[in-house]
Amino acid sequence: MFLNDTCAVEVTDLTKAFGSFTAVDHVSFVVEPGEIFGFLGPNGAGKTTTIRMLTGLLLPTSGDGCVAGLDILEDTEELKQRIGYMSQLFSLYGDLTVEENIAFFAGLYGVTGERLERRRAWVRAMTGIDEKSGGQLTSELPLGWKQRLALGCAVLHEPRILFLDEPTSGVDPVARRNFWELIYTLADGGTTVLVSTHYMEEAEYCHRLALMNRGKLIALDTPKAIKALMTEPLLEIRTAHGPAVAQALQGQPGVTEAAMFGRAVHVAVENAQAAAVALPAFLAARGLDVQAVTPVRPSLEDVFVALVRREGGAVAG
Amino acid sequence: MRRLSLKRLWAMARKEWLHIRRDSRSLAMAFAVPGLMVVLFGYVITFDVRDIHMAVLDQSHTTQSRDLVDAFRSSGYFRVTRQLDDDAEIAPLLTRGSVRLVLVIPPDFSKHLAAAEPAPVQALVDGGDANTASIAINYAQAIVTSYSATAVLKGVPLPVPIAVDSRVWYNEDLKSSSMIVPGLMATIMMILSALLTSLTIAREWERGTMEQLAATPVHRLEVILGKLLPYLGIGAIDIVLVAVVGGIVFAVPFRGNPVLLMVTAMLFLVGAQGLGMFISAATKSQFLATQLAMITTFLPATLLSGLMFDLSSMPKVLQVISLAVPARYFITATRGIFLKGVGLDVLWGQALGMALFALAGLALAVHAFKKEIA
Repeated sequence: MFLNDTCAVEVTDLTKAFGSFTAVDHVSFVVEPGEIFGFLGPNGAGKTTTIRMLTGLLLPTSGDGCVAGLDILEDTEELKQRIGYMSQLFSLYGDLTVEENIAFFAGLYGVTGERLERRRAWVRAMTGIDEKSGGQLTSELPLGWKQRLALGCAVLHEPRILFLDEPTSGVDPVARRNFWELIYTLADGGTTVLVSTHYMEEAEYCHRLALMNRGKLIALDTPKAIKALMTEPLLEIRTAHGPAVAQALQGQPGVTEAAMFGRAVHVAVENAQAAAVALPAFLAARGLDVQAVTPVRPSLEDVFVALVRREGGAVAG
Repeated sequence: MRRLSLKRLWAMARKEWLHIRRDSRSLAMAFAVPGLMVVLFGYVITFDVRDIHMAVLDQSHTTQSRDLVDAFRSSGYFRVTRQLDDDAEIAPLLTRGSVRLVLVIPPDFSKHLAAAEPAPVQALVDGGDANTASIAINYAQAIVTSYSATAVLKGVPLPVPIAVDSRVWYNEDLKSSSMIVPGLMATIMMILSALLTSLTIAREWERGTMEQLAATPVHRLEVILGKLLPYLGIGAIDIVLVAVVGGIVFAVPFRGNPVLLMVTAMLFLVGAQGLGMFISAATKSQFLATQLAMITTFLPATLLSGLMFDLSSMPKVLQVISLAVPARYFITATRGIFLKGVGLDVLWGQALGMALFALAGLALAVHAFKKEIA
């Protein structure tokens, strides 16, 4: 079929059902070599299930897929030698030292001898963990270091494709930024990266984005093109009564969308000029003070909220 | 099937050993428990009955009756704690349990002896503890028989119908510790092996490391064998430990081939540890796995293994069930090797049973261990 060696990832109608619940519903896409491909979506959207099917951890209910030139239904174990995977849970052994964790995963991936020395040096340089800290128990490391070490262990065998499932959940913005620099370094070296996240600012770093909701792929494009999907003008209302304002505007004539954005409210409207006048008056009549109304460019989050709403809302919980 | 890799197997084994080394609880359980258990059980489980408290109601008051009481006293099995004057005193003594046996010598005892007639004496025994009671009766009979024989020698013509000259082989002193310690080796190792390994796979699930492990190309058999290796090493050390403690503390003889003991022990350990890993992989919960490991090993390995109770005197149903209790085969093997010094020509059936158990344990563990994360 599509077993050409140039394809990094290619899936067709990928579906996974758990009983009557369809976690991933006929998802199809192609990822080019060297791309940073992001999965964005709320919890329960099917991002993790999709990544598990692509990494040989879970067999699809139906559909086909090829990763690194191998069939995800037939060659799951060979596949694991060619790819790297880092799960959202902190996945190293806390009661092993840094060096022991590296040695363990190197052993499982068959990285030995001179190559192991080279890769070990690379992991040290990449994580910033020097030889002295190498004897420290992994559980005693700061979270940011743990995450970089987990990434290091996942790519010891220099895989062509790297899968990251919410790799930065729980770390501070600075550590997250550093982590993304590592991802860019890997991508520059020719590694294809598939990463899932629910952080909007991280999604902006991806070359292309797959927006997922309720197991379905609802948009697939570059972040810029996805932002352009929203054609309605957008107004930002600064107010002390954010939630009440968003609720009051929901479903009003001329308003297509109203949602909280930080402490402000973003409102998608049919006509920006008319709304800029009408909305403050409408809200004032309900006793809701408005500090300012300004037109803004839609962010990824605005588009995402709008698309999810259009598709019938996110999964509850 | 994909080819197995020794490198991956070794990486697994090394990692597993590091877990054990860093976990003081596992270490203590692995090395301290077997020695302690053998000492404890070796002393507690004993079928040797000594110093049975008894009372005497001597209504004869003759030299002969006093000789009979002395025979009881000097046997080492009985201690005469009370001399009674009235048979009304008997019932309360037995009821309170202050004595287990009351010997009643009737007034006409010496008269019968003098007339060369049978001279019956009465032994009243507290049957509350049936085992001790029957042993006490046996001892009492033996003493009376031997007294009769002496009486004959002294010129009193009393018929002695049968003279038994018995000789015990293998455990000459009929010491129960010589029988119990080799048996305990099997029972303790069965429980301990299953218990320790029942934690291993469930721990990976609970700590979230299973996902990363499953994402590597490691083979299922490599995972199971790799996790098993360090525990096999611990088991081998434990076997030696139990044998040494048994030899030093209880003077249990070792007459067989140590290599045969180790080989059969390895088969047995692989089976027990495979069972533990099967439970661990199937439950994915450390708590549940330890409970199940305890339930599935403790009762069978103590009650249906022949450790304390002779299997051949059990109901047929239990005998058939006991065929599936691996400890039964290892107990026969250890007793044979320790006490009788027998070899594979005698124990091949047991060895075969344990080899099957080892294969089944491994197969179950590999089958239950899935590299699929839902």
